[in-house]
Amino acid sequence: MLPHPALNHQLTNIMTMETSNNNKHTEAQAQPAAAAKPAAPAAKPAVKPAPAPAAPLPPAENELKPVMLKPEEVYTHVADLYEKGFTFLECLTGMDWGTDAETGGLGVIYQLENPENGEKAVFQTLTHDRENPVLASITSFYDIANIYEREVYDFYGIRFVGHNDMRRIYLREDWIGYPMRKDDETEKFNPLRMTNEPLADETVGLKPADEAMKTLAYSEQKHRIFQPEEYVVNIGPQHPSTHGVLHFRVSLEGERIKKIDPVLGYIHRGVEKLNEQLTYPQTLALTDRLDYLGAMQNRHATCMVIEKAMRINVSDRVKVIRTIMDELQRIDSHILFFSCLAQDLGATTAFLYGFRDREKILDIFEETCGGRLILNYNTIGGVMADIHPNFQKRVSEFIPYMRKNIKEYYDIFVNNVIFRNRAIGVGVLSKEECISFGCTGGTGRAAGWSNDVRKRMPYAAYDRVEFNEVLHTEGDSYARTLVRLEEIMESLNIIEQLIDNIPEGNFQEKMKPIIKVPEGIYYSAVEGSRGEFGALLVSKGDKSPYRLHYRSTGLPLVAVMDHACRNNMIADLITIGGTLDYVVPDIDR
Amino acid sequence: MKKPKIKSIPYEEFKDNETFEQLVAELNQNGTNVIVRSLDELIDWGRSNSLWPLTFATSCCGIEFMAVCAARYDIARFGFEVTRNSPRQADVILVSGTITTKMAPVLKRLYDQMADPKYVVAIGGCSISGGPFKKSYHVVEGVDNIIPVNVYVPGCPPRPESFLYGMMQLQRIVKVENFFGTTNRKERDPYGREMDKANEELLNTAEEA
Repeated sequence: MLPHPALNHQLTNIMTMETSNNNKHTEAQAQPAAAAKPAAPAAKPAVKPAPAPAAPLPPAENELKPVMLKPEEVYTHVADLYEKGFTFLECLTGMDWGTDAETGGLGVIYQLENPENGEKAVFQTLTHDRENPVLASITSFYDIANIYEREVYDFYGIRFVGHNDMRRIYLREDWIGYPMRKDDETEKFNPLRMTNEPLADETVGLKPADEAMKTLAYSEQKHRIFQPEEYVVNIGPQHPSTHGVLHFRVSLEGERIKKIDPVLGYIHRGVEKLNEQLTYPQTLALTDRLDYLGAMQNRHATCMVIEKAMRINVSDRVKVIRTIMDELQRIDSHILFFSCLAQDLGATTAFLYGFRDREKILDIFEETCGGRLILNYNTIGGVMADIHPNFQKRVSEFIPYMRKNIKEYYDIFVNNVIFRNRAIGVGVLSKEECISFGCTGGTGRAAGWSNDVRKRMPYAAYDRVEFNEVLHTEGDSYARTLVRLEEIMESLNIIEQLIDNIPEGNFQEKMKPIIKVPEGIYYSAVEGSRGEFGALLVSKGDKSPYRLHYRSTGLPLVAVMDHACRNNMIADLITIGGTLDYVVPDIDR
Repeated sequence: MKKPKIKSIPYEEFKDNETFEQLVAELNQNGTNVIVRSLDELIDWGRSNSLWPLTFATSCCGIEFMAVCAARYDIARFGFEVTRNSPRQADVILVSGTITTKMAPVLKRLYDQMADPKYVVAIGGCSISGGPFKKSYHVVEGVDNIIPVNVYVPGCPPRPESFLYGMMQLQRIVKVENFFGTTNRKERDPYGREMDKANEELLNTAEEA
């Protein structure tokens, strides 16, 4: 049973009164059946409610209309689509549709994309069995599905037939229950455990009885992750070069890496579960803390998914401001990428150079947004405050300053023979591997995969600026570094085109005090600092989301670590991890 | 008792002097030995100006910690710049970021691995109380549930100036401590909750083997 959303957050105290009043009011008007609704509407299964009698809304451009497939059909459907070129698994989202015998159950929403022409395929599946839910695995087509399905297993307890490694990925192995289920009482069974975490060497796979997966019959099969004679080294969770609390179990042969098993969840804060209890404006506060180096972009994606679902058009001014802010954030993130990489490889001076320039961006942010790192700037329907009078002047000064200083980055670090030797040809990823693992952003572009969301599905003001998508073909650590530095230059170009002609207009559209999103499934994506950041919103028309899932930019990058590091030296793990540029709180959410 | 002197901030301008004075009164309850106290002061002067932090960061606050270490804020002015990657070499652990229930035993172990005298600074809302994630099923509501905290630095994330202010507060605490007698003979596990049990388990397994 979901508690009343408003009761659950102290910040809402004042809002609560209004909310509940308003709630009754509108529901009684819109749907006469609502009077008989139980106390927790969110936990109610997806009964088709009577649509509002008012004029039908125009179609939302970001609404997904997933086809419902039977669990047995999924595998063949995906096989068909894969043949047709849908080789990129954009997002895989677990869902709990409630306990109703007809419409309820546990399901998954799949989003596939054809990387050649940008065509999309969206479908979903559902199992009514809540005791032992089983669905078909698509790991044989997409490498990234391995991690995504483990995530769904961890949160919803759905097991996938054909998956070889059904272990928890975020929570401890001795965790009881599945926290994202609507009827789960996680807190009751899981007090703070201070014992050391158990880490099994064995895992269970579900071997399908029928290879073509016409039925979902399976037999359990045990696998070993590491053989007893293997030499396994733990890197993390407390390690200065894992960029946060990430834990790799690395099997070594001499100095060569044989296998990596990432253990995630040391900073898993349950953001997606929290979202279900917060109102829409409140959910925004958590987005900045996912990937704090893409705070603007994360919040932009979440605001955009809500705005488009509500059919709100933001003013041109807001679009341009958001574009400039996103690009400043991207420069900020790429400078930090450079600094940290340099620091990890032992070049402290380059680290200081990077932070010197980053402070300039933080100053600009601080004047307008009030924060340095967590900015809380975008809101639903606009931005929190208009730009500061100094904003344009400061940004215009920053552009030539950065163009001059970035040459120093090349001189001191990137063209340095030590770095070149450590990066060229290290951790090569091909274009096909990047697509299969879903490595968007700079990692994919370094391998020649043109995946920039700004070009693929233009949003905000990106359709009115000219810029190049930086592409390299080598796919090694060096190319990944170059892509980021060249993207700084492109971002400066974008800002230069926009900064002097920010159109006049409102910086905030007038919104109702209680924001409710019409029922439906919506998805919007932005180009985050390190790949495609998407927000998938499932709304039941309440004032808080039924489910708000984020497509993490970093999760595919950690998933690919095993593949990228194999047969490299242990010392190269730091280089490869550094150039993949993941941020752990974004992975764990 | 002399008031501890911190360069560039006069004593009166520090906030919460009452708590601090209470701490000083507690420390000097039984009076002080003149010779030992002079030695203490010399040692504390050295210790307070070379507090080595552990590089420990779980999320956003860690990035601000990096900014504090970089050129503009330059933590080296206070002698904190020697960040150690091993807890065995560190004096102070800056808990910057959310501590989840999965991370809690790791943090506790890091703390246990540090050599006495050791200090804990809780940086940011998350480590003080759970911050914006307080309602989550996977977040520890404040690191003081696990390890004793000396200084709290609020903010989300705190500005670099608050970082430095918090570290100066810690310097004051170090400066008034009686190194001979109390600080170097601290209770081993002030919270004593888990260590005994863990030790017992270790002993049992050792016996069995």
